[in-house]
Amino acid sequence: MAGVSAWLPFARAAAIGWMPVANGPMPVAPRDHSKRKDELIVLNVSGRRFQTWRTTLDRYPDSLLGSSEKEFFFNEETKEYFFDRDPDSFRSILNFYRTGKLHYPRYECISAYDEELAFFGIIPEIIGDCCYEEYKDRKRENVERLQDDQEENKDLKLPNMTARETMWRAFENPHTSTMALVFYYVTGFFIAISVLTNVVETVPCGTSTQQKEVPCGERYTVAFFCMDTACVMIFTVEYLMRLFAAPSRYHFMRSVMSIIDVVAILPYYIGLVMTDNEDVSGAFVTLRVFRVFRIFKFSRHSQGLRILGYTLKSCASELGFLLFSLTMAIIIFATVMFYAEKGSSSTKFTSIPASFWYTIVTMTTLGYGDMVPKTIAGKIFGSICSLSGVLVIALPVPVIVSNFSRIYHQNQRADKRRAQKVQKARLARIRIAKTGSTNAFLQSKRSGLLDELLELTGTEADEQKLSKSVSLLESQHYHLLYCLEKTTAHEFVDEQAFEQNNLETALQSYTSPSPSPSSSHGESTSTCCGCRARRKNTPPYHHHHPQRGPLQELSAIHIQCVDPASHKTSRSSLNQKAEDGGRVNCRRGQVTTAIISLQTPPRRPPPPPIPPQAPPSIQTMSSSHIVKVSAL
Amino acid sequence: MEPGPGRVKDSGKWQKPRFSRKALMKCCLVKWIIASTQPQDKGSFDSTRSSDSDLELSTVRHQPEGLDQLQAQTKFTKKELQSLYRGFKNECPSGLVDEETFKSIYSQFFPQGDATTYAHFLFNAFDKDRNGSIRFEDFVIGLSVLLRGSVTEKLNWAFNLYDINKDGYITKEEMLAIMKSIYDMMGRYTYPCVRDEAPSEHVDKFFQKMDRNRDGVVTIEEFIETCQKDENIMNSMQLFENVI
Repeated sequence: MAGVSAWLPFARAAAIGWMPVANGPMPVAPRDHSKRKDELIVLNVSGRRFQTWRTTLDRYPDSLLGSSEKEFFFNEETKEYFFDRDPDSFRSILNFYRTGKLHYPRYECISAYDEELAFFGIIPEIIGDCCYEEYKDRKRENVERLQDDQEENKDLKLPNMTARETMWRAFENPHTSTMALVFYYVTGFFIAISVLTNVVETVPCGTSTQQKEVPCGERYTVAFFCMDTACVMIFTVEYLMRLFAAPSRYHFMRSVMSIIDVVAILPYYIGLVMTDNEDVSGAFVTLRVFRVFRIFKFSRHSQGLRILGYTLKSCASELGFLLFSLTMAIIIFATVMFYAEKGSSSTKFTSIPASFWYTIVTMTTLGYGDMVPKTIAGKIFGSICSLSGVLVIALPVPVIVSNFSRIYHQNQRADKRRAQKVQKARLARIRIAKTGSTNAFLQSKRSGLLDELLELTGTEADEQKLSKSVSLLESQHYHLLYCLEKTTAHEFVDEQAFEQNNLETALQSYTSPSPSPSSSHGESTSTCCGCRARRKNTPPYHHHHPQRGPLQELSAIHIQCVDPASHKTSRSSLNQKAEDGGRVNCRRGQVTTAIISLQTPPRRPPPPPIPPQAPPSIQTMSSSHIVKVSAL
Repeated sequence: MEPGPGRVKDSGKWQKPRFSRKALMKCCLVKWIIASTQPQDKGSFDSTRSSDSDLELSTVRHQPEGLDQLQAQTKFTKKELQSLYRGFKNECPSGLVDEETFKSIYSQFFPQGDATTYAHFLFNAFDKDRNGSIRFEDFVIGLSVLLRGSVTEKLNWAFNLYDINKDGYITKEEMLAIMKSIYDMMGRYTYPCVRDEAPSEHVDKFFQKMDRNRDGVVTIEEFIETCQKDENIMNSMQLFENVI
């Protein structure tokens, strides 16, 4: 609508056409008091100047630029509106005002673009049709990626899990504990053994003295029976354990995997129950066929198999279409071939259903050769049949393949991220960058206290030397944290000091802060849980706590301790200062954790504007979080 | 006397037709073939055939006359003309408005109802030379009359709008069509509900007022005279003075 707002004067003028037919007086027209002539306004976005008419921006009065909100950004000296945003994205936003259509540039990151739109008060839904599909696709991809990130936390062991929950978790994620891994491999081994015995059972291994060869199964009946029993035992135990551990038993019993489990072990029990009756032994033999379903139990062990199954499920419509079109073609060609071959003598095409076999074999280009047309017409139609078979089958297959590929890559992505090595290196680098900030704060706190001392003693030179290395912003920030400490009567300390204090309270089981980064998540977490539990006993002035929120991957950082050598890599030069005796040792802080965890959620209220040096900004956030923690 | 070869004398006696060039040119088929192979008459740069208007309109571009000429023709200032042209060009980059675009633009101001019929009448009122598209000059001249013209000029414009076939008389049928289109713009959700007889009743009232000599049509003189006597109408004519 706003695109045609320029035509509003025209529409109003055209209303004069109604006047003579009107029967009464017209309402008074609104007066345009501002009587502003259309002027050019300058929008300075991070140095790039955009100019447009004021009326262009007025077209959308519920956005930032169209309303009086932009007055907040007006710079009196330069008489322009200054926005500290990305000028590239601003281009598309301004074009929206000009043309009435919002476009999404492909090179733009989706979350950056969303942020810009939110800032300027434009809803993304009005993106034009030309770009909307692309936008939605990218958005969906992004959401999936974020979800993958969040799923990582499943692997973290939460404290106070019941035995049942632990067991279920061990079943679902075998890499979480060694017991689970052992169980996983054992079951896999037994599945393989079971399938192998089923196969070998039927191999003939008679000796030459026998008149006819008997399969091994009948020769070594006892051995095979023992093997079968052992496998079924294992499977039954496993199934019962899973049933016990499942959070929702009803849900578990209906799941595909459990049905496969049941079908795999049932034949054995039915076989036990049934007697060696002649009538039912036929049925019994068929039941043994179901033992082959044990091979599907491997899908718990193989992700590829699961993906395949999932793909087939999601491509159900394509598969259905394939089946339907094949059936149609089979019937058509079978009919044609039957009538074509009816004339020739001793033909194998005795009926239409008999021709089905020929059609299927031909369409799938198998060509066994047991049925061949002899008449010329039959041969012609036979060749048409084989040509069309190729086409019909080739059409839905790429769809299925692309589906499989997409799902597979999604899983690959999750796996990649789960790879410990990549994770650890990245986290370690981030942590090193962040630790500088904590140390900076603690250092400045000490120097602040030193300042006080110096003030008392009156040595000005020393005071100046200490205070000049901290910028005004940092000092204000530190002062804030310091005030907080005073308010809560607790102090910030770092990890080493905290652990020292805990050790001092003589609790021996504090074993995990080993310097090796290879400590598993589970163990370290339990340490910190222990810390928290024990914290209540520690004296209040040594109060510190790791952040435990339900946040992203980076909350795992705090668990790993790093050797003090990385001191030197921290950003702040304050670290070079000598530590005064009796004070807190500078070590990796669990404050670090809180800092990083807060960084990632995109929806938190933005921190107060802080210059691009990352550490101070992070600390601001950490302070707000540590408030929560200390209040416990 | 025998007529000379190749000459068809106009005498009463039937002459055997000769296959001559002159005779050939009289054949309709030949004439048509020759006509279609000749290059099409280009015509003036800014006129378009409305029969195949859609495709041609998108390729034809129209540049308006200069700013000064327009200023002379209308009562707008230079700045106003600039602002008007920018809005016009923004919506119609080719410089011409065809009826469909015009209808869609006008309909956007009346979302509840159907403004297409009234827009059609408006289009005809603006499109003075009836070539199926409004150029910027038409647009601006029309606006100049509506916004800056005298009351008489405005009344003339309104009469022109109502007189659909531009014959100088407003008949009851024409007025009914106009009235219906105005009521259509209201849409369904009105209070009180628009009854089906409402337009024709309104037309009757109008004719009662306007048609002095009761001859069933309203002429321009009757129209202007009646309107000038009506205070409401005179006041409402001044309503949109300061729209631009």
